[in-house]
Amino acid sequence: MASAALDLPGRPLADERENLAEEVRTVGMVWERELIRFFRTRSRILSSFIQPILFLFVLGYGMSTLVGSTAGFDFKKFLFPGIVAMTVISTAISSAISIVWDREFGFLREMLVAPVSRTALVTGKTLGGASIATVQGTIMLALAPLIGVHLTAAVVADVIGLELLMAVALTAFGVFVASRIKRMEGFSVVMQLLLFPMLFLSGALFPLNGLPAWLAVITRINPLAYAVDPLRRVVFAAQHMPPAAAARFSTGVSLFGYTLPTAAEVGIVCAFAVVFITLSVAGFGKPE
Amino acid sequence: MISAQTTPRERPGRLSDAAAIDAVGLAKRYGDVAAVRQVSFMVQHGEVFAFLGPNGAGKTTTVKMLCTLARPSGGRAAVAGFDVARQPKAVRRRIGLVFQEQTLDDRLTAEQNLRFHAVLYHVPRGEVEQRIQRVLRLVALEDRRHDLVSTFSGGMARRLEIARGMLHTPQVLFLDEPTVGLDPQTRAMVWEDVLRMRREEQVTIFLTTHYMDEAEYANRIAIIDHGTIVAMGAPDELKREVGADTVELVTADNAHAAGRLDRAGFRVQQDSGHLVIFAEDGEAQVPGLIEAAGVRVRSVHVHRPTLDDVFLHYTGRQIRDEHADRGVPMRVRARTARR
Repeated sequence: MASAALDLPGRPLADERENLAEEVRTVGMVWERELIRFFRTRSRILSSFIQPILFLFVLGYGMSTLVGSTAGFDFKKFLFPGIVAMTVISTAISSAISIVWDREFGFLREMLVAPVSRTALVTGKTLGGASIATVQGTIMLALAPLIGVHLTAAVVADVIGLELLMAVALTAFGVFVASRIKRMEGFSVVMQLLLFPMLFLSGALFPLNGLPAWLAVITRINPLAYAVDPLRRVVFAAQHMPPAAAARFSTGVSLFGYTLPTAAEVGIVCAFAVVFITLSVAGFGKPE
Repeated sequence: MISAQTTPRERPGRLSDAAAIDAVGLAKRYGDVAAVRQVSFMVQHGEVFAFLGPNGAGKTTTVKMLCTLARPSGGRAAVAGFDVARQPKAVRRRIGLVFQEQTLDDRLTAEQNLRFHAVLYHVPRGEVEQRIQRVLRLVALEDRRHDLVSTFSGGMARRLEIARGMLHTPQVLFLDEPTVGLDPQTRAMVWEDVLRMRREEQVTIFLTTHYMDEAEYANRIAIIDHGTIVAMGAPDELKREVGADTVELVTADNAHAAGRLDRAGFRVQQDSGHLVIFAEDGEAQVPGLIEAAGVRVRSVHVHRPTLDDVFLHYTGRQIRDEHADRGVPMRVRARTARR
């Protein structure tokens, strides 16, 4: 073979460092793929609404007759922000399931062998899942008038910001689980074992104050509690709530008798996100 | 031909950056198991180089080391002039990879799969469209550009993967069992695409296969068995090494013909109903043989040693004894189980 005669297509020599512009481009592409895939599966879009809507109306109306209303404020209104959070959380975590699919169908390999950092891949994936979850949660806000919850543009903007934060944290958590779990069945089992208890104990469905001590402890170590509460605070701030209603359907998570400010709760969720993004990057491992 | 046990000490010092691939004493152990034991070889730019061997011989492990997906436990290798252990990213940017298993996203279109790859391999924005058009044309899939990969046949998906592997203009294209599980017709098409890529894009091709007929497409072959290269050379060289051609003649009078051929200096053996003549370059000898036989010749059959004979010679086994294409039904099952 006359190799000397061949003109090799030469690209400029690049070193081993990451090129920031290329990393950002990768994050964008991975994000875009998540969205393309999501919008291509209409069944997934629909099914992710069914559960929260069931919770909102069945549980909401069912419990409202039992709980009754205080100064015109009923359980449905209390439940509403919780259900929005729940939609975001479950969509975010289950969006990470695409990584398990990618592993099973080989596409994960196409990503992992590319000359890009794991950080860019994990970030793109996390932002993709988080965007979808945020959109889903925001669509749920359309049900507010049916429940009698009053929303303003400012409240919606705050809610979207909080949704995005909790979506990033929870997608990162899902990505971490997916990075460690090699099979589809495993992911479903872990999600059933973790997601449902975490959701039920997050304050999405009942107030976290005035609980028996053992249950209070469990809810305080559940990171979801700190994601759900700020969202409810923001929504409640825009409602007409007489003091009696505010006392009955209380907000705020108290630790050692001290009620955390919203900023602290947001900080906890941020820390949660950073920890799991870091763990996910490490979770995809090094070459053999 | 380079003899079987190429010692790693043969070429001390620097790895060659003029060669497409230079491996010296490359070895990989998984725990107590030596998957690859000190293989050394060099692949020149523009060559088609095949690793031929049974499953578990160490082919895929060698590819993984060259592609920086597995760290060598011993020895060194340079691909496209970069050390696989020290400059993995530089290596990855310059290689294309087509794995044994499919690695496309079948919920994306062909174009979306290619665009994704273009970004991850840093193809400059301005060149992406032009490269996509070119590689799709090279594998004749332009008209399927906007179709979902889930609608593709196995052969089309494989060709799209080859196109994708070439999208970022790599210097070396690695193909790990590129045609496993495809029917013979599709395999031929895939091969046309691979060879067209080499011609049009001047890419070096490193492939692994256990199909003897595919190894014939290679300029050079390394036969690997139990993690060691047992023979290396051009297919014809290897075949010549194993033995001469044989020519079978059926004549009107075999005994008479045998005597005459023997006197004419040919090595003749009389079998039941036909004569076997051992000859270098058997086809060129046929006219002379017929003349020397001096009786009417009813049929002529020239047998050249095949790579099967070569493999048998070096390993004492037939390669096809050891295989069933197990990967295929599994993939089919997985595909149908999806969603």
